[in-house]
Order: sequence, then C-alpha cells, then structure tokens
Amino acid sequence: MENITSTIQAVPLNHYILLSAIIFTIGVIGVLVRRNAIIIFMSVELMLNAVNLLLAAFSSYSGDASGQVFVFFIMALAAAEVAVGLAIIVMVYRNTSSIDINILNRLKW
Amino acid sequence: MSTLIVISILAIVVLYLGLFKAKQALLPISVLGLVAALALAIMEWNSNAAPIFSGMMHFDNFAVAFSSICIITTILVFLLSKNYFEKISDNVAEYYTLILFALSGIIVMVSYHNLSMLFVGLEIMSVSLYILAGIKRKDFASNEAALKYFLMGAFSTGFLLFGIALIYGASKSFDLAVIAQYVIDRPTGIDPIFYVGLVLMIVGLCFKVGAAPFHFWTPDVYEGAPTLITAFMSTVVKIAGFAAFLRLFSICFAPLQDFWMPTLLVITILTLFVGNITALYQTNFKRMLAFSSISHAGYMLFAIVALGAASTNAIFIYAAAYAVSSITAFAVLMLVKAKTGSENFEDFNGLAKSNPFLAFALTVAMLSFAGIPLTAGFIGKFFVFNAALAQYHTWLVAIAVVNAIIGVFYYFKVIVAMYFKDNQTKQIATPAYFNFVLGVSLIITLVLGIYPSFITNLF
Repeated sequence: MENITSTIQAVPLNHYILLSAIIFTIGVIGVLVRRNAIIIFMSVELMLNAVNLLLAAFSSYSGDASGQVFVFFIMALAAAEVAVGLAIIVMVYRNTSSIDINILNRLKW
Repeated sequence: MSTLIVISILAIVVLYLGLFKAKQALLPISVLGLVAALALAIMEWNSNAAPIFSGMMHFDNFAVAFSSICIITTILVFLLSKNYFEKISDNVAEYYTLILFALSGIIVMVSYHNLSMLFVGLEIMSVSLYILAGIKRKDFASNEAALKYFLMGAFSTGFLLFGIALIYGASKSFDLAVIAQYVIDRPTGIDPIFYVGLVLMIVGLCFKVGAAPFHFWTPDVYEGAPTLITAFMSTVVKIAGFAAFLRLFSICFAPLQDFWMPTLLVITILTLFVGNITALYQTNFKRMLAFSSISHAGYMLFAIVALGAASTNAIFIYAAAYAVSSITAFAVLMLVKAKTGSENFEDFNGLAKSNPFLAFALTVAMLSFAGIPLTAGFIGKFFVFNAALAQYHTWLVAIAVVNAIIGVFYYFKVIVAMYFKDNQTKQIATPAYFNFVLGVSLIITLVLGIYPSFITNLF
C-alpha cells in the first residue's frame, strides 16, 4: 500500500486533475455528439471513470481512505445502471430494430 | 431511521407476495406497511437525533418532514393504482416493489449526512424509475421515455459525481458537517476546485429536478411514461430532489451565497419563463402538466435562491400544496383517459355536467396550481415569495408574479373546457378509491388554504 501511494504521488496532483477533466470532457462531448445509444452509454461510463480516477488520486494525496471507498460505490452503482440501461436499449431495439437515437423524436414539442 | 428499514423490507415482502400469486394482498399490505413507516417517521419528530451509521445519515426534523410528505403522496399514488397495473401487465408485484424501492432511495436522499449517501440514494431512486418509465414494453412512447430518462439521468449523475469529487479534493471529506466547517474556516482562499465542484453539483441537481436549461427531458419522459408513474415522478421524486438540493445548500454552502446565488437566479428565471410560456401552447393535458411541473420547479428554486431560515418551511408548504394538486390532476386525467382514450383538453368538455365532483376537485386543484387565495397553492406561493422579499429580491418577485399570471391562462383552459363547453358524454364511473383520494386531496388543499397555521410553523 505504501508503495502504491508513493507511486501515485510521483505524478503531481494537478496532472491527475487535468487528465480527469480531459477524459470527462471527452465523455460529455461523446454524449452530446454521437447518435448511437450504445456509444452514448459508453461515453457516460467514461465520465464516471474520470471521476473514479480523480477520487483515487485525491484520496491517496490526502491520506484519507473514504475517497477510495466512494470509488467502489460508483463502480457498484454503475454496474447496476449498466444492467438496467442495456435492458432498456434491448427493449427499444426489439420494437424499432434500431438503436439510433434520432428515431426517438416522436415525442416533441 | 426505522422508516427506511420498514420500507426496504416491505419492498422485498411485496416482491415475494407476487411470487406466491397473492395478488389481492399486494395493495393492502403495501399501504399498511407505508402507514407503519409514516408512523415511525413521525415518532422521530423533535427527537434531536444525532448522525447515525458513522455520520452517514441524520434523521432530523427536516428529514422527518420530507419523508412524511413523500410517504403520504406515495400512499395516495398506491390508492390510485387499484386495477391500473393489471391492465398493463401480468406481473403486478414488480410495480409496487419498484415504487417502494424508489421510495427507500428517496428516504436516503432526504436524510443524508454524507455526500456518498446522496449519491447512493439518488441512484437507488433513479434506477428504479428508469424501469418504471419503460414498463409498457410494447408501447413505443414508453420505450422512448425510458431511454431518454436513462441517458439523461446517467449523464447528470456524471456531473454530480465530478462535482462531489472536486469538493472532496478541496475539503478532504464527504461529510456535510466537515465540508461546512471547511467553508466557514476559510472566509477567503477556498480552493478554486471547490467552486468548480459547486457549479457542477448545481448542474447535476438541476438536471434531476428538471430546471431549465436542463429540463428538455422532462416533458418527453412525463408524457411517455404511464400516467400513474408520471404522477409519482412529478410529485414524490421532484420533492425529494428539492429536499436534497436544499439540504446540501443550507448545511454546506450557505456562507458562499454570493458565489452561487447569481447562477441559481438565472436558472430560476429561465425555468419560470420556459415552463410557463411553453405550457401555454400545449393541447395535451398531460404534457401541459409536465411543463407546469417545470414552472413549479422554478417557484421552489426561489426558496433556495433566497436561502435563509424560512426556506425549509417555504419549500415544505409549496411541496405539500403542489403534491396534492398534482395527484388530483393526474387522478382525473386517468379517469378521463380511460373513458375517451386521449389526453387532450377537449376530452374534458362537459365534465361538469356528467361528473360534478370530478370537475370540482380538478377545478380546486387548478386554482391551487395557479395560486388563487383560499387554496394551498396560494399559501405556498405566499411563503416562497415572502422568503425572497425578505432578502430584497423585489424584481425577482415581480417576474414571478408575471409568471403566475401567465399560469392562470393555461390552468383556466381546463376549467373553461369543463364548465363552459358542451359535450354529450356519459357519466364516468369513478371507483371508490378514486373518490377517496380526490376527497382527501381536496380537503388538504382547502384546509391548508384556509387554516395554514397547521404547518407554517413546523421548523
């Protein structure tokens, strides 16, 4: 554990923050730009993993384990979301034979 | 605390009842269990509870009040569900179970004392709702609602989590009390990432409560989901979202009001105008209710913008008034839709002649939405505006009053359709459960409107 902490701390904290922010932004852009439901879903996972990385870095820099515990919460709940989300996508695919979100415009103002 | 345990166990019991084909027992047991949970919650009122589970949750008066209102509204929704789910599918127990699991997430959301519990509660609630929104598997609108709700919900959770991570990075803790202390200890020189985290959390929470400009999923999801689920989402879920919002801001971020107030102010004004003006152009009653729920989110945001001692009370009264009126509106909508098959304003024509009680209940609900005196909605608006005026947001209140007047137009469309337009319709048969729910909502609306002192001094 000591070893891992010192390895993590070999990189300055700001670099972790920048890297996470970049990954998070890629995820946000992916959600906004892509039209395929699965890809959007993957982009959301990318956002969550950016958060995980950031929490792990903060946690080891502050010597406080609760950040790492939070990462486990995020992983578990993201898995639950995946289960429900893929089921919804399969359901949509069965009814429309497509997972392109452009067909989801029947309800519009 | 025992409330949360009772509701979680109740959900599992109901699931097993479905397994053993005890369909008749589902509704009575769910309602009885919720009444027990409500009683347990009220017993903890003024017990000066300390944070429990290593500071994870804190069942204080705030939590008791908002859990009670959520449980009562859920009971009303359950009473409307008699014979409703049977029409959609054969597996009825799952609906009750999912609603109960969502409710247990909501109890966590209103009583958290640690940001990790905010996240866990929010996710328990959201994941159950994703399924509930898409529960009509063959219906395309319901599929679309589920997919949109799911993608937007997961997206907004990402923002919320990034915000939490940055706040953790600055304050080195998820505990609300420690974060509050961090803010108080540093009148100047708070880490800039803390501010970024705060803004990201505002974005995430505004997504969840459906405030403009993050509202675009709301109308589609509310229209596509089954009506009863929409009733649950637009009342209980919205109230829980605001309770979580208010809890976070009043405990942690109150000293930073100068920083976040302008942001929320812009969001509030946008929400009011977008909700009200778009609602004017709707011809579908259910969609109109969706936009009106956006505008009501704007009024409730008011109390957060003018954060102070009176905010909790203002949001509580507004939420109570809004919940009972919404339940009435959705109950009448369900009856009308079962009769005519559509949800447009014309379907309400002549309702006053065929069903005077339904028409009267819906009229009172609409008046309460519009904020006409002698109804609960007026008292709610009064307290919310009063809280804003106490902090000299005079022009903000002026904008809100203009919006309340716009609101009158579209709420009165229904009343006009019911009373002044003729239509040869036969009487709609109302089940006793519906009459009971409508009667209770009507009494609550009028009693709160005439004798508001019941709940105005709770906090």
